[in-house]
Amino acid sequence: MIETARPIAHFLAFTAMLRRAGFAVAPEQTIAWLAAIELLGPAEVNDVRRAAHATLAPPPERFAEFDALFDAHFLGALHPAETSPPSDEAPLQAAVEGAGGLEPIFGEETRESGASATPAERLSARRFEATEDDTLRRFTRALPARVPRRRGYRWRAARGGPGTDARRMFRDAMRNAGEFVKLRRRRRRLRQRRIVVFVDISGSMKERTQSHLAFAHALTRAAAAVEVFTIGTRLTRITRTLRRRNRAQALATASLLVADWDGGTRLGDALNAFLAIPRFSALARGAALVVLSDGLERGDPAAMGEAVARFSRVAWRTVWLTPLAGDPGFAPRTAGLSAARPFLDVLGDGGSLASICAQVLNLANARAA
Amino acid sequence: MVRRTIVGISSPRELEEALRAAYYLADEGLSTAAYLALALGKPLLLEGAPGVGKTEAAKAIAGVLGRTLLRLQCYEGIDAAAALYEWNFPRQMLALRQQGDSAEHVDIYRDEFLIERPMLACLRRPEDTVLLIDEIDRSDHEFEAFLLEFLSDFQISIPERGAIRAHERPVVILTSNRTRELHEALRRRCVYHWIEYPSPEREMRIIMMRASGVAERAARAVVAAVGRLRREPLAKLPGISEAVEWAQAATLLNQQGARWPDAFRRSLGVVLKDEDDLVHIAPRIDAILQEAQV
Repeated sequence: MIETARPIAHFLAFTAMLRRAGFAVAPEQTIAWLAAIELLGPAEVNDVRRAAHATLAPPPERFAEFDALFDAHFLGALHPAETSPPSDEAPLQAAVEGAGGLEPIFGEETRESGASATPAERLSARRFEATEDDTLRRFTRALPARVPRRRGYRWRAARGGPGTDARRMFRDAMRNAGEFVKLRRRRRRLRQRRIVVFVDISGSMKERTQSHLAFAHALTRAAAAVEVFTIGTRLTRITRTLRRRNRAQALATASLLVADWDGGTRLGDALNAFLAIPRFSALARGAALVVLSDGLERGDPAAMGEAVARFSRVAWRTVWLTPLAGDPGFAPRTAGLSAARPFLDVLGDGGSLASICAQVLNLANARAA
Repeated sequence: MVRRTIVGISSPRELEEALRAAYYLADEGLSTAAYLALALGKPLLLEGAPGVGKTEAAKAIAGVLGRTLLRLQCYEGIDAAAALYEWNFPRQMLALRQQGDSAEHVDIYRDEFLIERPMLACLRRPEDTVLLIDEIDRSDHEFEAFLLEFLSDFQISIPERGAIRAHERPVVILTSNRTRELHEALRRRCVYHWIEYPSPEREMRIIMMRASGVAERAARAVVAAVGRLRREPLAKLPGISEAVEWAQAATLLNQQGARWPDAFRRSLGVVLKDEDDLVHIAPRIDAILQEAQV
């Protein structure tokens, strides 16, 4: 067995601690860190900390947590709240966040206007039951052929096409003593457009959230570029969780991740929060946006209209599916939805799983209404 | 593999001073990360919001090392022909035609027919280049995977020529705006630094250094106002370069006779470049400027 010198053992214990807390630390990063400490000369604990930041590369959103662990380990300070997550949630949290993502984003600082809009922001965990659904299976099979696409940047050699493939032609010509024998063609590759789904999980949609999330899971599994967010009083990204194959597991993890089940609705605020984070708003660019919501907004309807207007300018298509549209005599009466109406490409029926699936399959044909 | 001293710099503090001489004010975190990257021979990955000076940092580091900066701007669909090399087909063709029927053999895979792109150029002359791979988050996943291979071996293979390997570890700097998550394996290979917006006091020093004609009072006001704007829910937060330009623009207008708060208001388009943002801020701009004591 290899004896580790005591001081090194102390550093190694820290990386082990990081891994337990769900940080991804590779052996080569540990080696780089030790080399860095040697370089800087561990005269000051802040040098060790900076070296740790540089080499172990914690994601920026988790800096505070990282530093708390660092302090606990090297300075003996204890922040029980940050160092030990609640034991029953710990393995799941590690599974989600260890993959490198941070999921809940919006809602830490509840804004005054929002607080008044949601008299009862109920934070509750909720269980899902996985229902095997024929509709979803058919949807998954049909999607690959009908997913919306755009022309990509890259050219690809093809039998016919608008461009000539100079590289291949010259290459061929060199084999034939400089004679061009055949005209080679190339065309642009098609790439899938990103589909961004917002699932309303507020109290008024309570009956449907389960099937909506099941739908989001099927979509995430079937198409390459999909992003799923839940909106209610907060905005939570659940894409990474939904990528798991097993639907029951994925939905169970998602239900732990989302803190605002069946609460009030502040769609406008949540959508604006999405747009305010450059990392997310970049996801909406050129994408097909699908909102599954009844549009019952308890916050400021003007804010919601403004948010949808901004979305419509960035996204390729903006589609709003509301369960209320199942009724033939439907007209958008809620203040929020009327404000958003002029900017939507499609305001469609989201009453049943089948109609949602049909709408998404028709995205590629959807025209501005 | 560890080199304690690089061009006479043997600690983060010395690097910080050298960077300052190259007109870049680095904080302790950045100078430590950059020094470690150079000393350990690892790539340096800089992440941060747009406009915090990631590319500038790379330029300054290249300046300090006295090397040429090779910049590879990433975009969706970037491919080997743009990043590595390309054959100069027309010249190859001419050479073949010229050869004609003479018995003399022409090797059309010589250097003169090879068009170097930044990554190949860096491999061939690692001792006097710095490779900047800019906005890596814009490229596709395929390119990122290819980069992974490049960054671990510093070797590429050209089918007609065989492998080309760097004879020493090149200095590579990657930047990302974090519009998407980079692959974990890529982060792992690099020394990482997250560049924050600078503290007000440091931002002021940056403005004074970059824009020499700006009065201290104007710089202070710009820093306060920009700091305030960065707390607003804007689509595009003003970066450092916007702050510098705002100070310059307002100073220019002021010299032409505009009064101070007015000079700032009229040059707002230098800081906020989004119609929605301008509309959002318009009702409050006076209060913000007043608060900043323009």
